[in-house]
Order: sequence, then structure tokens, then C-alpha cells
Amino acid sequence: MNVLACIKRVPNTGAKIVLTDDNQRIDTSNLGFTMSPHEECAVEEAIQQVETHGGSTHVLTLGPEEATEQLRTGLAMRADEATLLETDGEEWGPRETASAIATAIRDLPEDDAEFDLLLFGNESADMANYQVGVRVATELDLPCVTGIKSLEVEDGVATAKREIGGGEEVYEIDLPAVVSVKEGINEPRYASMRAKMQARRQEVGRLEPDRTEAPGTFEKTRLEAPEADDSDAMVLGEGTDAVPEIVELLESEIEVL
Amino acid sequence: MILGFVEHESGVPEETSLEMLTMARELATDEEAVLCAVVFGDEGAALKDELGPYGIEEIHHVTHDRLEGYAPEGWGESVAQLVSDLGASTVAAAGTDRGHEVLAHAGATLDAPMATNCVDVTGAGESYEVRRDRWGGSLVEHARLEGETKLVTAAEHEYPIEEAASTTEPTVNEFTPSLEDAHLRVRVERVETADEEGIPLGEARVVVGGGRGVGGPEDYDKLEELADLLGGTVGASRAAINEGWRPHDDQIGLTGAQISPDIYIACGISGAVQHMVGCKGADKILAINTDSEAAIVQKADYAVIGDLHEVVPELTDAIREVT
Ligand SMILES: Cc1cc2nc3c(=O)[nH]c(=O)nc-3n(C[C@H](O)[C@H](O)[C@H](O)COP(=O)(O)OP(=O)(O)OC[C@H]3O[C@@H](n4cnc5c(N)ncnc54)[C@H](O)[C@@H]3O)c2cc1C
Ligand SMILES: Nc1ncnc2c1ncn2[C@@H]1O[C@H](COP(=O)(O)O)[C@@H](O)[C@H]1O
Repeated sequence: MNVLACIKRVPNTGAKIVLTDDNQRIDTSNLGFTMSPHEECAVEEAIQQVETHGGSTHVLTLGPEEATEQLRTGLAMRADEATLLETDGEEWGPRETASAIATAIRDLPEDDAEFDLLLFGNESADMANYQVGVRVATELDLPCVTGIKSLEVEDGVATAKREIGGGEEVYEIDLPAVVSVKEGINEPRYASMRAKMQARRQEVGRLEPDRTEAPGTFEKTRLEAPEADDSDAMVLGEGTDAVPEIVELLESEIEVL
Repeated sequence: MILGFVEHESGVPEETSLEMLTMARELATDEEAVLCAVVFGDEGAALKDELGPYGIEEIHHVTHDRLEGYAPEGWGESVAQLVSDLGASTVAAAGTDRGHEVLAHAGATLDAPMATNCVDVTGAGESYEVRRDRWGGSLVEHARLEGETKLVTAAEHEYPIEEAASTTEPTVNEFTPSLEDAHLRVRVERVETADEEGIPLGEARVVVGGGRGVGGPEDYDKLEELADLLGGTVGASRAAINEGWRPHDDQIGLTGAQISPDIYIACGISGAVQHMVGCKGADKILAINTDSEAAIVQKADYAVIGDLHEVVPELTDAIREVT
């Protein structure tokens, strides 16, 4: 079984989001980068499915040259291959992204081994458009289900479960299919130091994606970091000396005692 | 025409869908457009009385002998066909799992642009200005949404539920889409109910959260004891879950649960943006942290500067004494 996981490089924002002066992007001068937790689980799921069923795993991202860092994280987790759809670092919208990914997927498997399972995150961490996976599925005419927290494959059929209030919806889908997953579906592994070293030397495939024009637009004009309430907390005290104050608070202010 | 995708449980609309109708009605008023609803399911027609107060003029009830349960692509395709039939300029849905999924399918089929988790949408005709949540609302994006058909979802709990100035008498029109096998490839085969144990995080009145500062899985016992005494439940940060100290179900934040307790007691948690967006709904936050400079100390209402391993057990004992 050949499994693809699509990941996205995003800033690892900290305690406060700071924007660049032109309000066009997050000021990342003091930040590291990562992939979304949902996508980390997509990579882990790809690897686990291939460990069970055999085959090969592929991680793919559309982003700037620097996004190879996230692909290498995937390789260090023991994905087999990686592909970068290199952009100039501009933020691409969900339709252009989906269209470029769909084109790459059509072109990718070199030995004619098509992907049986195409995994996405339920939503990207930075944009949360909730649509790239669905649009890729539509372009490739594949069945698709989103928000999955449990996935089992047997005889070419995926049994996928989605949490709803009080239980789970169960879907059964013939492969090949697109599945978008949520964090919690598995516990992503830590890459060993050795695997990280090896991943640094592994080859990353590159494709130049076309930015297609689609009818209608959805275009960012600017970002705004809403004012957070940064007034300091009322300090009730230090160490165990504060315990009587906490009890008083819970009793008379919050009224939970 | 503005078309709202209304989710319902046996003919009773979901609150999130009513919130979405506030957004959709504002647009319909600005554009002097007709406000309509699209509904699925056997009891869909029962929404006639439910939706009148919200100013819905037409209910389009999708019926098809092969659409028994939920089928994401089948529903999305039906909405797309209805949009083409009616010439709707905008489709709105709640920013729920289903709202996002159905609209994404409709948007893909129609090749139309879609803006999710909107907190404000204004404009008329083919061009809207939207403000939408990113990073769970710690960042807001201003964007332009343009097209013959536009798709928008309303961020949950951002719009108030409001009735229209005057109640309407919606007409109910049955709509039968033409569906092929391919549209029905994915559907809910069955629903498995979970055996609930304890109070779900999202509903707890008191949440005691533990982060990396807890230091290991055993010490969550101390938090459990405190939570039990207060009739609450324990949550955790992603760092603690990544350490394997707690199951993922306990995670609070952007990729975990949203909580809305009367008080959230955050122990050994630094207050990262992605964690804090999960506790926006908390009435009050009390932080217990050794570091007076930790971000959570700014974001909380109350703070105790100290070691949670000392403070929490003392607190538990003290509460036992007064109750
Ligand atoms: C896309 C994305 C999504 C994310 N989603 C989530 C999410 O949903 N939920 C989430 O929680 N995180 C999420 N994160 C991770 C988040 O950015 C932080 O890394 C995480 O919340 C940190 O957890 P922490 O506060 O427990 O750990 P740390 O940041 O390590 O903080 C530990 C704190 O404990 C204090 N401490 C240490 N010892 C003690 C002691 N003995 N007594 C009292 N205090 C002590 C320290 O002073 C410190 O403030 C996400 C990250 C990304 C990039
Ligand atoms: N630039 C990208 N490169 C690769 N995958 C992406 C990219 N953007 C989005 N995706 C995938 O699509 C999912 C949904 O993204 P979105 O529609 O932006 O919420 C993400 O979790 C990723 O799996």
C-alpha cells in the first residue's frame, strides 16, 4: 500500500503573536517552525499503515525552500520519500494549493504505483481553511472523509471513525481515498538522533507548481492580532501560604465549594 | 439569494446553525436578498415553524431515496445543485465539522471560493469583506471574498442567536438532486455510542489542568483528587500529552478540547497561544506556576507563584476541612 501525507510548514507561535510592520505575516524572527499536530499524526498514520500492510510512504509539502525542514522531520520519522512543491514563500490560498497538490499527485508515483491512501490534516494550523483535502479529492475524483480519529484498512477498504457528541460515526470507504485526520488518532513517534542524521542526507524531490487562476477570489488583505488582556493576574500569594486565599476565592467568588 | 445550510437534530435546529443565520440574515438585509435554508433528513420539513422567527422565506428540503443518513459528498453535491438551480449568490454554514465538510464539497464542485470561521462578513453582490479567525482566534485575517457564488462559515459562538424583526411563514420546497453512485461512496454506515465516564471536559464547571510542570504521570493523581473534590475534571497541555502522561482526550487547546468552566485551575502550564485558545470560554483562570514571568500569569485572573506539588495537596487538604 502506498500512502501519501500532505504537511505544511507553520510558525511555532509562542505566548503572543507579533505581526510584521505591514501586517501581512507573523513576525517569525524569534520563532521556530513546525507542522500542524494533525499533520504530524497524518505522517505517523501513513508510516503505521505501511508497517502493517507493506508499501511505501511519501510526504509532500507546498512551500518555500525552508519547508524541506518539515519534510526531513517526516523522513526522520521514517517516511520513505519526500517532495517539495517549491514556492517563493508567498502565502497560497486553499484552491491554488489544492490544485497544485492534485497535479503533483497525478505526476508523482514514478513506478506507476498509485497512492492508495492520501492523508491530510483536518485543518492547517495557520489558516484553518478546512478544504484543501476535499478539493484535492474532488480534482482527483476520489472519495473523501474528514475529521477522522481512527483508521483501519483491510482488503482495500478503510474503516474510518469520526467523533461526534456521545459517540462515533463509522465510514467504510473503498481505497484509493482521501482521509483527513485529527490529532489523537495516534501518538506520533519521536525520531531518533540517528534517524534525524540520516534524514538530513536523504534526497528531497522538487517540483515547480503552477499557480492557477480560479474563478472568484479569496484573498488576504491584512492580519490583525487582537489585543489580549495583558493586565497581570491578581497574585494570591506565594507557595502554600496562598492556600487560604484560594479557598476563599473558590468559596465566595467562584462559589464552587 | 442567501442560502443557509441548517443542521438539526430531529427537526430542532442546532444553536450553531441559528448563530450562522444571524450572519446570513445580515447579508440578506444588506443585499436586499431572500434568505433561504437548505435542510436534509426526514424531519427537515418540521423546521417550518422553527425557522420562521429567523426570517427564512423558503426552506429547501433535500430528499432522495439514496440519501438516508449523512453522506458528505452527496450532501455537498446536493447543495451545489441547489445553488445552481436557485442562482444563490452565497451559501453559509456553521463552522462545525459538518458545516465545513459539506461546504468544502459544495465549493469544490462549484469551484467557488470559501472563507471559514468568519466573525464578520459585509458587502453586497459579488464582493465581500470578511474577517475570520486564524490560530483559534488569536489572529484575525481581513480578506476579500469575491465570486458569483461565495461560501462562508460562521465561527462557533461568535454570532449571537437573534430573531428577525418580523416572523416569516417559510414555504417548504422539496428538492431532489440527481445523484450518481460516485456521490454516495462515502456515508455513515453506523453510529457507535461511547460509554461516557466522568464529566466531559467541555461541560465541566471546574477544570484542573496540568502541564509539563507536573513532571510525570503519577503526579496527576494530586490534580485528580482536587478536581474530584470540586466536582470537576482534569485536563492537560499538549506537552504533557506528548510526554505520554495523559491520553489525548484530555488535551485543551487549538487541536484539543474547548472548555468553558466557572474556573480553570492551570497548574504547571506556561500559557502558549495554542493552549489558551482552548480556555477562552473559562469564566476565571487561576494559574499555579513557579515562574512569575510565565505568560499564563498575565493571561490568568488569579495567580499563585509556587510549586504545584506543594500547593495542590495543601489546597486539597484545606478544602476537605471546610466541606
Ligand atoms: C499548531 C500547534 C497546535 C498546538 N495545539 C496545542 C493544544 O491544543 N494544546 C496545548 O496545550 N498546546 C498546543 N500546542 C503546543 C503549545 O505551543 C505549547 O508547546 C504547550 O502548550 C506547552 O505546554 P506546557 O505549558 O505544559 O509546557 P511548558 O511550556 O514547558 O511550560 C511548563 C510550565 O510549568 C511551569 N512549572 C515547572 N515546574 C513547575 C512546578 N513544580 N510547579 C508549578 N509550575 C511549574 C514552568 O514555569 C512553565 O511555565 C500547539 C502547538 C502548535 C504549533
Ligand atoms: N501548503 C501545503 N502543503 C501541503 N499540504 C497542505 C498545504 N496546505 C494545506 N495542506 C494540507 O491540507 C490540510 C488542510 O488545510 P486547510 O484547508 O488549509 O485547512 C492540511 O492539514 C494539510 O494536510
